[in-house]
Amino acid sequence: MLNNKDILSTIHMIDQEHLDVRTITMGVSLLDCCDPDPKTACRKIYDKITTSAQNLVRTGEDIEAEFGIPIVNKRISVTPIALVAGASDCPDYVSFAKAMDEAAKAVGVNFIGGFSALVQKGMTAADKKLIASIPEALAVTDLVCASVNMGSTKAGINMDAVGLMGETVKAAAERTADRGGFGCAKLVVFCNAVEDNPFMAGAFHGVGEAERVINVGVSGPGVVHHALKKVKGQPFDVVAETVKKTAFQVTRMGQLVAREASSRLDVPFGIVDLSLAPTPAVGDSVARILEEMGLETCGTHGTTAALALLNDAVKKGGVMASSSVGGLSGAFIPVSEDEGMIAAAQSGVLTLDKLEAMTCVCSVGLDMIAVPGDTPASTIAAIIADEAAIGMINQKTTAVRLIPAPGKKVGDTVEFGGLLGSAPVMPVHPESAADFIARGGRIPAPMNSLKN
Amino acid sequence: MRAIVTVIGRDTVGIIAAVCALLSEKNVNVLDISQTVLQEYFTMIMLVDTSAATVPFAQLREELAAAGQERGLDIRVQREDIFDAMHRI
Repeated sequence: MLNNKDILSTIHMIDQEHLDVRTITMGVSLLDCCDPDPKTACRKIYDKITTSAQNLVRTGEDIEAEFGIPIVNKRISVTPIALVAGASDCPDYVSFAKAMDEAAKAVGVNFIGGFSALVQKGMTAADKKLIASIPEALAVTDLVCASVNMGSTKAGINMDAVGLMGETVKAAAERTADRGGFGCAKLVVFCNAVEDNPFMAGAFHGVGEAERVINVGVSGPGVVHHALKKVKGQPFDVVAETVKKTAFQVTRMGQLVAREASSRLDVPFGIVDLSLAPTPAVGDSVARILEEMGLETCGTHGTTAALALLNDAVKKGGVMASSSVGGLSGAFIPVSEDEGMIAAAQSGVLTLDKLEAMTCVCSVGLDMIAVPGDTPASTIAAIIADEAAIGMINQKTTAVRLIPAPGKKVGDTVEFGGLLGSAPVMPVHPESAADFIARGGRIPAPMNSLKN
Repeated sequence: MRAIVTVIGRDTVGIIAAVCALLSEKNVNVLDISQTVLQEYFTMIMLVDTSAATVPFAQLREELAAAGQERGLDIRVQREDIFDAMHRI
């Protein structure tokens, strides 16, 4: 029989330390939904999603009940819509977002991702239409998430797209000004986007993927934090080993859920994304893990090193626990979704510049950060360009999810509620980057892209 | 299907009897049982077989939880696989 201590430790992790599976995400290919008539295309999209994912939520709930492990979200990711809608003759793609939204509501999922375009090297007419549709699409739908990949290590950075995304982020905030710029919480700008990411807002079903696939994202900052409390003052070798062991356990649980969901839904298992995804709940924070390592406040000197260790140890521990690891896999540092990050930002210790440094060593980028509503589009574009450069040179995924909160100033807070939390408005540099962004063109791919 | 029933809370008379009665009523077979009492804090862990159960797993889970609430106890049932996955290589 199992050791009683082990059984109780699992129950303690679930009960007291917020252990959960963050999401079961079903990827669905929409490539066969292309049609010259946009109405027909939207009907095909609705039908394909509702047929493919009709049992997703119920299956997730069944697994949750049998294993006694919370599965917080059930989600869907689809083929980047610019690739599907490109075949249709219509002035904008808002109707496609509405079809996605209706389908997501019909099957009862929490989010649907894939209102996306991949423009790292150039933009097609369809890509331009999709980007132009983003602000309206995010304002008139509830569950749709949008993403745009505008750079990669192989292609360089599409600076025309970067400039355009600066304006799009601003427009998305203004179009949802009545909700604190909520549209921007559902919009991610990527460099080196991955095709099998189960996490929102950046999930889409890549063209290299199968017809349908099940990807699972685990969580567990609270569990890691709790484990580290037991090794107070010990050297970093011990810290790394402790994180590895904990990540292994958490990922094994995710792997079990993924396999079970895959077999019950008769959909191939894709990957487990072993990310430490925080929530605004006390005791579920990545910032507090970094502080547990000996930092007075997250954001002070030493934070980048602490995060580098954490991110690496999570991967090392998780990789043996799953037959296939993918997605973003690492530690997330979304400011509004992490109670410790919120506190650090409010105290002024955690700044945008420090967060940028932290994104060099963690799994994604500048995530869920509110900036003043009067921040110029060119400044937002410049922030996106900086992040993209980090991703491009370091051959990693970076992302930007900024909310230029309309009418808000530094010191204000924007409330989003739920998993998205609340974001303290953080200062940006007032000096202009307008001439830099106005150049446009492309930043060429770096030397380290020439691997052949 | 094998599952683990855990009962955690303040010790009172008749906990084991009540849980076993409920399990037997649903035709759930108890394979192994262990319990400890530490400073009035009661912990019981049972290995059970639910393959011949007369009710669906979700209902068994709800009824156990409800029976626990009546006595101020935390009673849960979870498939054994979750513990195996997390603690065995």
